[in-house]
Amino acid sequence: MSSETRSTSWFSKVWPPAVTFAGFIGVWYAYSGLKYDIAARRINTLPFPHEVIRDGFLPLWDSKNGLRPILGYLWPTLKVTIVGLAVSVVLGVLIAVLMNLSKSTERAIFPYAVVLQTVPILAITPLLTQLFGEEFGVRLVVVVLIAIFPVITNTLFGLQSADRLHHDLFTLNRANRVTRLLKLELPGAMPAMMTGVRIASGGAVIGAVVADFFFTRGEKGIGFYIRVKQQRAAERPEMFAGTIMASLFGIVMFLIIGFVSTRAIRNWHESASTRT
Amino acid sequence: MPTTATKPERSEIPRLSFDRVSMTFPDGTHALDDVSFDVAPGQFVSVVGPSGCGKSTLLRIASGLTRQTDGTCEVDRDSIGYVFQDPTLLPWRTVRRNIELNAELHGMPKAERAAKTEEVIRLVNLSGHEDKYPKQLSGGMKMRCSVARSLVLRPKVFLFDEPFGAVDEITRGNLNAELLRLFHSEQFAGVFITHSISEAVYLSTRVLVMSARPGRIVGDYPISFPFPRVDELRFEPAFAELCGQISADLKGGHA
Repeated sequence: MSSETRSTSWFSKVWPPAVTFAGFIGVWYAYSGLKYDIAARRINTLPFPHEVIRDGFLPLWDSKNGLRPILGYLWPTLKVTIVGLAVSVVLGVLIAVLMNLSKSTERAIFPYAVVLQTVPILAITPLLTQLFGEEFGVRLVVVVLIAIFPVITNTLFGLQSADRLHHDLFTLNRANRVTRLLKLELPGAMPAMMTGVRIASGGAVIGAVVADFFFTRGEKGIGFYIRVKQQRAAERPEMFAGTIMASLFGIVMFLIIGFVSTRAIRNWHESASTRT
Repeated sequence: MPTTATKPERSEIPRLSFDRVSMTFPDGTHALDDVSFDVAPGQFVSVVGPSGCGKSTLLRIASGLTRQTDGTCEVDRDSIGYVFQDPTLLPWRTVRRNIELNAELHGMPKAERAAKTEEVIRLVNLSGHEDKYPKQLSGGMKMRCSVARSLVLRPKVFLFDEPFGAVDEITRGNLNAELLRLFHSEQFAGVFITHSISEAVYLSTRVLVMSARPGRIVGDYPISFPFPRVDELRFEPAFAELCGQISADLKGGHA
């Protein structure tokens, strides 16, 4: 294939999302401009995109606003997210393995796993404060409450999808329950499990940011920065910058998890095959 | 009550024996009716019959995967090789790791396992493909890999459940030739389920014809063509005549 066709295909990949983005920025400018004309003091208005960059990001090394405090506030969020996701994966896989043991263990656990998912986090924040305080622990709990469900359900689905003939093969070779789990069910569940972890990674970021809105002690994360900067109109650009960085963090997490999972199963699973 | 002796008194003739075996599934399906036959070492028995006549059930009973509702089945369950309809390879394992799976599950020491796996890989002509994953293999290679996996344990009884049904005619011919070669060198007791009459006659020392459900043995043909058998055998008049007889028998069983 010539380099010319390759560059053409590169361009054709880039321009559609670029047009969408330009349109989005245009609407943003239009809305901000409209509100600017109406409200004399610009209270409750959107800052212009260039203001977000100039005031929100660009004071690169100022200690009060700009990129430096944002990165400073992202660090605790990152810690809570990573630890929470790790706990969710370990605990989620263990629970799925337990549920996979028998129909009765599945029935014993499943309703509560669903409750875990459906109870609104907001409704139980007072309870969580009572139980776990207002620092790192409670943030971790919020992250795990949000992230564990997709890990459990997807892993369980993967474990139960093992081929019947594969099970027969293991039966013929007198494999015990543990061997069956380690050499047949768990490796076979990897693709589904990884899908669960990918979904969970998005949830974990949301959980970590939202936790900052409700729990005010301990190391404060990016959610705290966003909330504080929202309160004064003059600091709205900083709020936007914080929101954008939190979103980028979520996207980066998703991409990293996706990359890891693809590498883990690329040798054998169709979903991870390189497309040509 | 059905009785099943897992180990016969002496490890001699026959290695696999069905005695008046019947099978009715819990849902009332009457799969097998009064089936009796023996397979000795060096015998290769093919079972042909219409779809759903219980041929596979026969192998599942022999291997202990399913328990018959009546009659006895005697076999040494510790030396059974079982080749399924599908290759049933584990997609996350390479060819080599797939082939050593059975030995691994049986707890064979690592060094011995590796040596035997290498030997079998050469025996089934998979040298050079050891580190490939199943999705990189052709249908015929997958099936050879599946046979090799059982072969590592040197089974005395080899059960084949329509293993070559899904591969093309040319590959099937090659696989048949390789199976004959294996049978000749290993002298196991073989039971082979198939839809193809010519495949059954070509491979076997005896062909059994089963009726539609409930499966009963309605025809029994000793096949006396000498070993080693060559491809040309398929075009001899005696071969065609035998196939014709079995085919007629099979049609009778349908009615």
